[in-house]
Amino acid sequence: MLILDTAEELASLADRPIKKLPTLRGRTVVNLFYEDSTRTRISFEAAAKRLSADVINFSAKGSSVAKGESLKDTALTLEAMGADAVVIRHGASGAAHRLAGWVQGSVLNAGDGTHEHPTQALLDAFTIRRRLKRGSTRGAGLDGLRVTIVGDVLHSRVARSNVLLLSILGAEVTLAAPPTLLPLAVGSWPCAVSYDLDSELPKSDVVMMLRVQQERMTDAYFPSVREYSRRYGLDVARMARLPEHAIVMHPGPMNRGVEIAAEVADSVRSTIVEQVANGVTTRMAVLYLLLGGTEFPATQIPAVAP
Amino acid sequence: MCAASSPVAGRDGLPVLDADEIRRALTRIAHEILERTHGGDEVILLGIPTRGVPLARRLAARIGEFEGLEVPCGSLDVTMHRDDLRLHPARALGRTELPADGVDGKTVVLVDDVLYSGRTVRAALDALNDLGRPRAVQLAVLVDRGHRELPIRADYVGKNLPTSQREVVHVLLAEVDAQDAVMISDDGSKGGKP
Repeated sequence: MLILDTAEELASLADRPIKKLPTLRGRTVVNLFYEDSTRTRISFEAAAKRLSADVINFSAKGSSVAKGESLKDTALTLEAMGADAVVIRHGASGAAHRLAGWVQGSVLNAGDGTHEHPTQALLDAFTIRRRLKRGSTRGAGLDGLRVTIVGDVLHSRVARSNVLLLSILGAEVTLAAPPTLLPLAVGSWPCAVSYDLDSELPKSDVVMMLRVQQERMTDAYFPSVREYSRRYGLDVARMARLPEHAIVMHPGPMNRGVEIAAEVADSVRSTIVEQVANGVTTRMAVLYLLLGGTEFPATQIPAVAP
Repeated sequence: MCAASSPVAGRDGLPVLDADEIRRALTRIAHEILERTHGGDEVILLGIPTRGVPLARRLAARIGEFEGLEVPCGSLDVTMHRDDLRLHPARALGRTELPADGVDGKTVVLVDDVLYSGRTVRAALDALNDLGRPRAVQLAVLVDRGHRELPIRADYVGKNLPTSQREVVHVLLAEVDAQDAVMISDDGSKGGKP
């Protein structure tokens, strides 16, 4: 909640002629990306730069990782160079958590394998709050809102983080996915599960479409892309069944024509571009709260770097 | 220039100004602003959160009463520009709200409750710098308690209050604290205004 309120104040910065604050001057943020990413990396970079921090970008390709250096050694090297915070995206679940035990600075999880992606969940919550709780949003939760998360939940770190965060904020979360794309432990998540998207649509305030992560699919989870798209893709006809005020979200990158139709992605209900803009603000808030002061109370950190 | 003769400047959580005295001080400052800016044209009042904001609103309301002039009023959060951020845990941000026309070419009057080291005002000047180029910047405070650490001076002062650095000045305003008063106490347990 503190993060969302901070982001709310920082959002006005985007409209100003000088989009820069001196707060983190002299601090160094390292973007450590072991997996490909456009928006998360650029978003973190923009966020850090707007707060005047120095940003060092690191991608596994073309670095010593290709020579076989381990995550720990890379991290210690970066720390020796004076990194105050490390933003890590890694293909292995739990990488950020391991890293946090090795380095002194703050560690921000920018997605670890199929586990979590906390800042994405924060920016989604921020977007939902701005869109659907008009008026004084400060301090407001998401009570009473119904969020349906659709698609490849099994491989989605976004889904897991969103289920946890949105339910903490008071929203009712429903997952709609084919049985093969739901994790085994889904019964222990604080959300409902449905195999039928069409019956969920009329009562949803928010529909969050997930990308079908073909690069992580080693088995046949559904007969064909076309069949998946027919049953779980959001097309114009399905969008028409949503309530008047409902919004359509997608964490990106989109597979147009698979989980979301192009007309839907470009409609006024879609918040996809807004989500990117809010990503910068939310990440600024996170960086400010982690690096802006002295020591942060330990209890607050797990929300950012689980 | 003191607003009113206060009870002997107390040293143990004693009141320095009561509600009526605060009201008179603000009335006088409102007149002074009008006088100094030749009628209050092109003036913007910007309060520094938390307690500068209601003070700025009250001043704007007074000026409205006296001259029938609507003075734009806003707030300016300086948290991100402070020089002591590293000395405290991260603070929650206040709100920055500018009048629709912005600050370019206007006379900006910054409003705060207590002027002490001057560091908040320095941060405010930096913050303002990012928002535009005012024609002039002036400073109005309810209490000036001395001990400046920077070459900063207030243009409008509600009350000059000689203090020792061990003392803490609390400004209470109805909008925030349910009553109007200025109190001074020895080494306050509430960790008052820096």
